[in-house]
Amino acid sequence: MTVTPLGIPRRMLEFTVDGAPVRAPEGSTILDACRAAGKDIPTLCQGDTLRPKNACRVCVVEVEGSRTLVPACSRTAEPGMVVRTGTERARHSRKIVLELLASSADLSTTPGAAEWIKEYEAKPDRFGPDAARVNEEPRIDNELYVRDYAKCILCYKCVDACGEQWQNTFAISVAGRGFDARIAVEHDAPLPDSACVYCGNCVEVCPTGALAPKTEYDMRAAGTWDESRQTETSTVCAYCGVGCTLTLHVQDNEIVKVTSPHDNPVTHGNLCIKGRFGYQHVQNRG
Amino acid sequence: MDLHFGDGKPTDEERAAVDALLGPPESSWEGADRSDADLRWARGGRAARDRRDLLLPGLHALNDRVGWISEGGLGYLCRRLTVPPAEAYGVATFYAMFSVRPRPATVLHVCTDLACTAAGAGDLCAGLEERAGSGVSVERSPCLGLCERAPAALAVRAGDPVRTAVAAPATVDEAVRAADAPDSAPEEPPAVLAVPQAGQDGLLLLGRVGVVDPASLDDYRAHGGYTALRRAFELGPAGVIREVTDSGLAGRGGAAFPTGRKWQATASRPDHPHYLVCNADESEPGTFKDRVLMEGDPYALVEAMTIAGYATGAHKGYLYLRGEYPRALRRMEHAIAQARARGLLGDDVLGQGYAFDIEIRRGAGAYICGEETALFNSIEGYRGEPRSKPPFPVEKGLFGRPTAENNVETLVNVLPILTMGAPAYAAVGTERSTGPKLFCVSGSVERPGVYELPFGATLGELLRLAGVRPGLRAVLLGGAAGSFVRPDELDVPLTFEGTREAGATLGSGVVMAFDASVPLPRLLLRIAGFFREESCGQCVPCRVGTVRQEEALRRIAERTGAAAADDIALLREVGRAMRDASICGLGQTAWNAVESVIDRLGAYT
Repeated sequence: MTVTPLGIPRRMLEFTVDGAPVRAPEGSTILDACRAAGKDIPTLCQGDTLRPKNACRVCVVEVEGSRTLVPACSRTAEPGMVVRTGTERARHSRKIVLELLASSADLSTTPGAAEWIKEYEAKPDRFGPDAARVNEEPRIDNELYVRDYAKCILCYKCVDACGEQWQNTFAISVAGRGFDARIAVEHDAPLPDSACVYCGNCVEVCPTGALAPKTEYDMRAAGTWDESRQTETSTVCAYCGVGCTLTLHVQDNEIVKVTSPHDNPVTHGNLCIKGRFGYQHVQNRG
Repeated sequence: MDLHFGDGKPTDEERAAVDALLGPPESSWEGADRSDADLRWARGGRAARDRRDLLLPGLHALNDRVGWISEGGLGYLCRRLTVPPAEAYGVATFYAMFSVRPRPATVLHVCTDLACTAAGAGDLCAGLEERAGSGVSVERSPCLGLCERAPAALAVRAGDPVRTAVAAPATVDEAVRAADAPDSAPEEPPAVLAVPQAGQDGLLLLGRVGVVDPASLDDYRAHGGYTALRRAFELGPAGVIREVTDSGLAGRGGAAFPTGRKWQATASRPDHPHYLVCNADESEPGTFKDRVLMEGDPYALVEAMTIAGYATGAHKGYLYLRGEYPRALRRMEHAIAQARARGLLGDDVLGQGYAFDIEIRRGAGAYICGEETALFNSIEGYRGEPRSKPPFPVEKGLFGRPTAENNVETLVNVLPILTMGAPAYAAVGTERSTGPKLFCVSGSVERPGVYELPFGATLGELLRLAGVRPGLRAVLLGGAAGSFVRPDELDVPLTFEGTREAGATLGSGVVMAFDASVPLPRLLLRIAGFFREESCGQCVPCRVGTVRQEEALRRIAERTGAAAADDIALLREVGRAMRDASICGLGQTAWNAVESVIDRLGAYT
């Protein structure tokens, strides 16, 4: 069981979403309020425990009085705001953003992408066969996780998780500019030469599978990765006294991945190298 | 924070360059020789992190000394500033003027932007690549802000000190000479040659350019300098804001926000300190007015920044100056040092008990840093990516504090407002666009340069003044982020409201004339390439949209009618999303010029 702290009480504010009045605690984002009211908006780069970077722009909505569209994931709701989530204008931008992303990056392991592409009738192929893509070979330079930047949508979540918001290791950042911008460690070195401590917290937050545990990467390559056959078991990490909650993802009686619940007050989804990757001894049956 | 600095060692040169900026290291933890005292040495937490804003000057120091930024050099700088190397690498690779790979000590930046391309930059580049020796790296550059003397080249030779030379208008011979011997290259022509109206009566902003000695504070004072600051002290901060508000001054950087309101909003914030930032990162292709002002009348900007600081309650002003303007940098450095020596900056300005000083920060080649919040990030030592608004700068700006940011031209307008009084100033121009406006005219005209006209003059009047050549095909109004207008639209009044009604924008005051000899599709490709190169890459509509825009334009470069219809429809859809969903003005305006060529000029029909 996980415990979610309630926090201090907050005042409620009222505004309208698609013509209907909505009440939300002060400080909520438009997205929070919409989800609480049972109305969902697609998001790619938004994360539950990181400050929204609003880089992907797939969650844009119309706010009356605003010249441009507004990212729902990061804009705080204000009293009296008039928000429209499903207008032609907002849907157009979402469709184009999906087309731009799917035409330049590999979204095959991005949850939700295929459904949204269908829903918004996005046609990523229409930019032609010569459309520039992020052509990067997967970087396999250590035994714990793989960086496949051809799948990266540059959402900055790994950077934020490695930096001041989660891990405080600051091993990765965005390098370069524009379409050539890439997630990189210092001097774009292999991971073992960098400041990386292999906590895997960047893998935890990656929304596209650009960062994946080596086990998952290898099983996908072999065609044996099958989430429908996996079970999830919560337990407590036995390595030290902190007591982090582990979620063991098990397929065919083998641990294939370890994560931690984001709403857990001890970890908030964070683990260290041992908790996340050190599970081989459990299944050492030789 | 437990930082990992790697094994790279700085060379003596790199160490000296960083130490010249930061002083010698105090402990082996910072890169000094090991001593017993290191066992009990600590300087962490806020004291260390607060120096992050010295990262950009530190990168300049390394790049200036050896021409590029090595692993060892960057590691040493990071150790001194307690900055994670990955982040510093991300910052270093953001700017076009830095290199993280070895390159020759001399870099020759050859402008390939609109005015220079129209004046033959392509041949110049080809000639230079053939002629330049192994010690020179020839790099194609976005607009160098020398459009009135196109084509232009800027040579930068690393060393102590770094040396620069400008060749404009450049021939292959002159550019090679500038790169081979920057010290003995001929002096640039004086700034006044960029002002065809020089010497005319009634110029409010350009009146002193060519008249005063830009190096002499006494000469500036003899020509009316510092009367506006004295008046400001008589009025008090609230009085200054009232005058500026009554004058109707609107920001000249492109957004036309009322300056008085911005100052009032900053001044009234309860949290301190407040900051003043002068945006002198003039990088819009075709714009060079701020350069001419800073080179020709540098004390005017020092005085205007002091007044703005006084009015908004700031004691520190940052002048963010583009890295491609070596002479403007020298002139402003000199002017600030002189003003400081004479008590016009410092703890007690003019003996009035008001403390104010100005620090110059050099940009390093990134158009996006002209966006106000990207500029804050750049000064703070982060990648020059725009922040999302709200919160607005007047609330949380530089270092998270209330900040008033104005561009050079806006600030210089404050001087005549205070010396003439708000009513007299507001009488210039039109009712809704008050005062004088600077325009940068280049392209197919006889007398390119900076022109000052009261708001309300028409585009045709301005072009006649500049001697437009026969056979005009199109005029780019407002720069790469602006739009093209037709030769039969020259009666559009040059005001904020007049251009808006005509479906155009004044933007940064660019007026670039193109005659029939310039192929429009190729021009558009250059504009699209510019936005692709200058996009920071943070948001998807801009990062990928600018690429798709350029690709589509490339496909239809030689096509019209039905053959281009599909791609034009595609451009419209992508353009609309870029305008609607991009984080900042760069992505939001990247489609303007293209749209105007399709809809107003009918280039592909």
